Amino acid sequence: MLWQSCCARNLNAVGKRQYRDIEDMNVNKPVEPTVLPVEEEMDQFAAFEKSGFTGTVGKVASDDPCMSAKNVDVFYGEKHAIIDVSVDLGRNEVLSMIGPSGCGKSTFLRCLNRMNDTIDICRVDGDIQLDDEDIYNKQMDVVLLRACVGMVFQKPNPFPKSIYENVAYGPRIHGLAASKTDMDEIVETSLRKAGLWGEVKDRLDTPGTGLSGGQQQRLCIARAIAVSPEVILMDEPCSALDPIATAKIEELIDELRENYTIAIVTHSMQQAARVSQRTAYFHLGYLVEVGETDDIFTNPQHKLTEDYITGRFG
Amino acid sequence: MSGTPLLLLILLLIMSGLYYLGKKRALASVEGWSGIKHLHSLPSYYGFYAALWAGLPALLVLFIWNGFQDTIIMDLVVSGLPQELRQLDDARLSLVINDIKNQASGDVVSADSEAVRAAASHFSSLQATVTAAKVVLILLLASACGIFAWKAISPDLRARNRVEMIIKGLLILCSSLAIFTTVGIVLSVLFESVRFFQVIPVTEFLFGTHYNPGTQSFGAVPLFAGTLLISVIAMLIAVPIGLLAAIYLSEYAGPNLRAYAKPVLEILAGIPTVVYGFFAALTVAPFVAELGTSVGLTVSTESALAAGVVMGIMIIPFISSLSDDVINSVPQAMRDASYGLGATRSETVTKVILPAALPGIVGSVLLAASRAIGETMIVVMAAGLAAKLTANPLDTVTTVTVQIVTALVGDNEFDSPKTLVAFALGLVLFFVTLALNVVALHVVRKYREQYD
Repeated sequence: MLWQSCCARNLNAVGKRQYRDIEDMNVNKPVEPTVLPVEEEMDQFAAFEKSGFTGTVGKVASDDPCMSAKNVDVFYGEKHAIIDVSVDLGRNEVLSMIGPSGCGKSTFLRCLNRMNDTIDICRVDGDIQLDDEDIYNKQMDVVLLRACVGMVFQKPNPFPKSIYENVAYGPRIHGLAASKTDMDEIVETSLRKAGLWGEVKDRLDTPGTGLSGGQQQRLCIARAIAVSPEVILMDEPCSALDPIATAKIEELIDELRENYTIAIVTHSMQQAARVSQRTAYFHLGYLVEVGETDDIFTNPQHKLTEDYITGRFG
Repeated sequence: MSGTPLLLLILLLIMSGLYYLGKKRALASVEGWSGIKHLHSLPSYYGFYAALWAGLPALLVLFIWNGFQDTIIMDLVVSGLPQELRQLDDARLSLVINDIKNQASGDVVSADSEAVRAAASHFSSLQATVTAAKVVLILLLASACGIFAWKAISPDLRARNRVEMIIKGLLILCSSLAIFTTVGIVLSVLFESVRFFQVIPVTEFLFGTHYNPGTQSFGAVPLFAGTLLISVIAMLIAVPIGLLAAIYLSEYAGPNLRAYAKPVLEILAGIPTVVYGFFAALTVAPFVAELGTSVGLTVSTESALAAGVVMGIMIIPFISSLSDDVINSVPQAMRDASYGLGATRSETVTKVILPAALPGIVGSVLLAASRAIGETMIVVMAAGLAAKLTANPLDTVTTVTVQIVTALVGDNEFDSPKTLVAFALGLVLFFVTLALNVVALHVVRKYREQYD
């Protein structure tokens, strides 16, 4: 019986491959996604339909929340991208957000420092608090908010300026340094915290774009911490980096946790397991499960979470 | 040359016939569509191969033939002319030749004589023979080459590579045509300028400070100073307005506004410069003069200011459109990084976007400057004619382009320095704008390297 089903599956796979080859020859035709008709394989829509999702499970609240989101909805025009998400970011801990592509984890991350304001069609409902202050209320100054909630992006994006100027940019626009000596100190501390000082201290006036990918990303982290934020948001910070650079960044995240609260979006479940204390699993705009990272990966409560971390879709 | 269109039509028919035959032969050589995998190229390439072989040599010969036909026939006719006509000097002989041609085509002739009539009939008969020979030769050549290529078609013939090579050759020909035209223009201006410089020394032309063709003084300095003055005024108007408009459109305006405002701004670029000329001469110049008088300044009615302002308005869309493109090509990641650090829009624009886009903006400004320097119609209508060496924008000045127009529209004889000065001025102007363009393109290219 087992042998039979294996065999059928193999035959099926071979058949599909040949079909794909013929399709590939015809370049103009888009190759249709081939979903093997085997029970375990399914797409995230089917999985969601089947799961009968009723609401977030796990431990939403944190003992000492730095930021806390309640009933957040995000719309891109007509599209309802985030649906009723509530979650806390505990102080000095790393929250990782995982989930299949298009599940809204990056969108949610960008709500936390109102980066979505730069997108015209985007609308955010609900309540997000930073130290018990609603960041979406009318009196909130986005400039100050973003100084408190820094961001590191998917692709390293240093300015086409010198390494020194890259780090000094934030302190300069916020007027954090009274003198050249102050600024030198801020730049040095930030670069030290980002673990980049040793590598660049002799060439601070060379362009930041001339560094390697991993160094550029650490420069971006240094740039973010130069304005002494409370929270650092990281949107897949290692997806453009090689394994060694990734390891360095992960090490750095662990060190930064002492002084900052960190939220990180990642596609790598191993990375989430390595760097974070809490993990949130997003699915099609819903927050399915959130809890201690160890619990999520060893003993997930929701079927969708389990299916995702065991690699059944995504 | 009569009947050439018909000849070309027949040639085209031969080519399409050979295309069909070539395709058919290629297919037949592998026994139809089922054997197509044995063909080196697709059947249509074999068709094109045969058709191009038929067409190109024949067209080449036709082209050369048409170029030389008239001269050769005329030489034959002239050698058959009576002794006394043949010994005339060149100018008179060309008159006689004109007469012969006119007589042959039945037009009015200046000096009707027996010799001309005889020569004309000789000319007509020669032309008829030669044309007939041409048609026969061309058609034979086309068929022969076509059939030769058709014969050569076999499954191993690399028709695709050869057709691609021919197409590449044609493309190279087209692009070099533009270059040769430029070289031709430069050379023609250069030769006329040399004639001018034989009369007036180069140093006197380049460094003389008096320009008055009536008194044979041809110092170009006041003209270039005038051009410079008007261009500087134009750039002072256009650069800030154009640049700020570009920043507004790309960084501040919403998508809806941008969709309407950008085309409207670009309409300015579509207004004919002669209309700007009216505007300058009839509206702006009197307004400037009145305004100046009311605050107690003496303002010429043809002030450099009026011409410069209108020219500046004309250039605004160039600067705003080019700068807008450059600003838009600054990666979104730069903006995100800056906003993410808590920078405001204006901080982001001044500290991140403008420095990143600066080389491109400089390039667009230089391109606009070269346009301002070469602009003719506005200054012809709004600027003055008197060459004055002054830096006062309220005074009247003249520009290089205005003087070129004046030199050429007058009724001076064509070999006097009064006319030839136009070419010398044109040559210098050409080199100035060329230098500006080269620098601008170089700067723009440098900028591209940074992000692509």
